[in-house]
Amino acid sequence: MIAFLIKRLFHALLVMFVISVIAFAIQDNLGDPVQQLVGQSVPESERAELREELGLNDPFLTQYLRFAGNAARFDFGYSYVFNQPTTEVIARHLPATLELVAAASFLIIALSIPIGVYSAIKPRAWLTRLFMSVSIVGISVPVFLTAIVLIQLFAIGVSWTPFPAGTGWGAWLNDLITTEGGMPAYGRGDPTHVFGTWYTNFASLEGLTYLVLPAISLASIMLPLFIRLIRAEMLEVLQSDYVKFARAKGISMRRIYFLHALKNTMLPVITVGGVQIGTLVAYTILTETVFQWPGMGLMFLNAIERSDIPLIVTYLMIVGLIFVITNTLVDLIYGLVNPTVKLTGKPA
Amino acid sequence: MALLEVNHLDVHFALRKGDVHALRDINFTLERGERLGIVGESGAGKSVAAFSLLNLIAKPGFIAGGEVNFEGKTLNTMSERRLRKVRGNRISMIFQDPMMTLNPVLSIGEQMIECLKAHRRITTKAARAIALDKLQQVQLPSPDTRLAQYPHELSGGMRQRVIIAIALLLDPDIIIADEPTTALDVTIQAEIMALLLNLCEQHNVGLILITHDLGVVSQVTQRMLVMYAGRVIEQGPTREIINDPQHPYTQGLINALPQMATPGEPLNQIRGSMPSLSNLPSGCAFHPRCNFIRRADGQTRPACVEQVPGFVTSGNCQVACHMVAELLEDRRLQEESL
Repeated sequence: MIAFLIKRLFHALLVMFVISVIAFAIQDNLGDPVQQLVGQSVPESERAELREELGLNDPFLTQYLRFAGNAARFDFGYSYVFNQPTTEVIARHLPATLELVAAASFLIIALSIPIGVYSAIKPRAWLTRLFMSVSIVGISVPVFLTAIVLIQLFAIGVSWTPFPAGTGWGAWLNDLITTEGGMPAYGRGDPTHVFGTWYTNFASLEGLTYLVLPAISLASIMLPLFIRLIRAEMLEVLQSDYVKFARAKGISMRRIYFLHALKNTMLPVITVGGVQIGTLVAYTILTETVFQWPGMGLMFLNAIERSDIPLIVTYLMIVGLIFVITNTLVDLIYGLVNPTVKLTGKPA
Repeated sequence: MALLEVNHLDVHFALRKGDVHALRDINFTLERGERLGIVGESGAGKSVAAFSLLNLIAKPGFIAGGEVNFEGKTLNTMSERRLRKVRGNRISMIFQDPMMTLNPVLSIGEQMIECLKAHRRITTKAARAIALDKLQQVQLPSPDTRLAQYPHELSGGMRQRVIIAIALLLDPDIIIADEPTTALDVTIQAEIMALLLNLCEQHNVGLILITHDLGVVSQVTQRMLVMYAGRVIEQGPTREIINDPQHPYTQGLINALPQMATPGEPLNQIRGSMPSLSNLPSGCAFHPRCNFIRRADGQTRPACVEQVPGFVTSGNCQVACHMVAELLEDRRLQEESL
C-alpha cells in the first residue's frame, strides 16, 4: 500500500510538472497583463517600468523557475483583477464548484445504477426503450442548451395554450404543457457559512433548491453515458458462465443481479467514473456560466476575459491537481473492490 | 418410477427468421445412482439438453414441449421459485470451463456458503464446516485457507475441484456434468474424472455426463445416448453401444478414435460436418454424411432422404436408422422362412 502511494505520488508530481510547464508557457499568449492592469491613460514609459517590476521581461526559464519555486510553496502570485493572492480567490470559489460537482455526481450515481441495471435485466421492457432513447438525446444535447431549457421550464415557466381552452381536453392538455416556474436559477442564493471560505448549499432546504437546476444540467451529459455503460457491462456479465452457474446453484435472482453481476459490472464503471468526475469539474465552466453559479468555472471564464493570467494559471494547476487526486482515489477503491488487484504488494 | 424421466422433450430457439429446433423428442430415464453419458459432436444439442433439464436454457431458447419429471414432479412447468429449490440442491451442475464458472470477485467461501444458505436454514459457521468437509472430499490441499481465497488464486484443476465440491454441497441426487474435463490439462483430466466417479459411487449420486470423449463415457457410464443434430439417434447400455455400435454415425465416431486407426495411416473421420440446425437435411439428418445410404444393389435407399427414422430395437439398444431397420427386418424374414 505504501509502495503504491509513493509510486502514485511520483506519478502525480510528474503530471503536475507537465501541467505547470503548459500552463506557464501559454500565459505569454493570453494578452498583455499590463494593459489590463493600468488601462489606457498610463504612458508607455510607466508601462515598461511596471513590466520590469513584474518580471515580465526576464527570460522564459528564469520566469518559469521563479513560478515553479513559488508554486511549490502554493504561492501562485496575485490576481490582477482581485488584487489578492490567487489561491485565496480560488479558495473562495472552490467550494461552490465542489458542491455542484458533488450534487451532480450524487444524481449520476443514484440514477445510473438502478436505471442501468433495470434496463439490462429487462432489455425489452418499454421503460428500457424509453430510458435508452432519452439517454441518446441526453448525450447529444449540449449542456448549455439543456440548462437554458431547464431555466425556461422550471425557473421562468411556460404558459402556452395552443389547444382550445374551452373544451375539457384542451384545458387539460394546456395545463399539461404549462409549467409554473419559480425554481431559482441564478447564483447560489444565501448559502450557510461552515468555516473559512466554505459556504454550503447543503445545509438548508432553500440552499438545496438553488442546486437543483445546475446539478441536473451538469449531470445531463454524464448520466446517459453511465446508464449506457452500466447497461452494456451488465448485459455482458449476465451472459457469463458464473452467472449461469449461480443460477444452477439455486441462488435467488435478486442476489445474482445485485451481488454476483453488479459487483463485476462496477469494476470498469469505477475506472471510467473516476476520470469522468475530473471531467465534470471542467464541465462546470458551461453550467456555472449559464446559471451564474459563483464557482471556479465562472471565475475562470471571467479571468480569461480580463487576461488575469495568474488566476488562469492557478486554475489550470488546481484542476490538474483535482484530476490527479481523484484518479489516485479511484485506483485505491478499484483495488478494494477487485480482488485480483493487490495494492498491498503482498504476493498473491 | 425412475428418479428422472425425460419425455418427448422439445427445445426451440426463437430467432428472427423463425424457431430453430435445438432438441427434438428426447426421451430417457435415470435411476437413482445411475450414470448416463450423452455424446455427440459440437452442435448436437448435448449442452442444451443438459441445461434444459433444470430449465436453465438462455433466451431465446425455451422448452416447447415434453416434460422433465424428477421424483414425479414436472420440473419444466414448475414455478421459478420452486424450481430454485431443486437447482443446486437435488440436482446440481458442473460446467465446462472452471476458469469461467466461479465468480472472480467473490471468495471461494462466499460462493460455497451462499449455496448452502440458499437451500437450508443454517448458520454461517455450520455452513463453513460443511464447505470445509466437501473441500476435503475433493482432495483440495489446505482447504481452510482456500475458503478465504479468490478464484484467480487457484489453478484450473483446483477450481474444478472447488466446483465439484459446490455440486456436492447439499448431497444432491443427480449431478449434471457438462464436459467437466474438456478445458483441463490431459493429466488433470483423468484425475478429475476419477474423483467425480469415485464421489458419485460413494454417495450414490446419479450422474449425467455430457462429453465428446467416448473413452470417458465407456469407463464411467452404464448407459449412453448418442445425439446428432438435436435428436437422439442411438441409446442403450454403454458397453453394448461401444462394442457393437449400430447407427452409422456411432460407428463413425468410434472409428474416428485415434486407437482405431492403422499406424502410419491418416486417422479415420466422418466426412462432412454437422448440419446447421436451421437448415437440416430432409429425412434422416445424417444421410448426406452416411456411408450406408446405398443398398447392396447400389440404389439410394429412398427412406433415408424422405423420412425421419423412428427407433427400432436391436439387442438392448434403440437405434434410429433406416438401414438398421431394414437389416433387422431382413433378418426377421429369414428367421421366419427357416
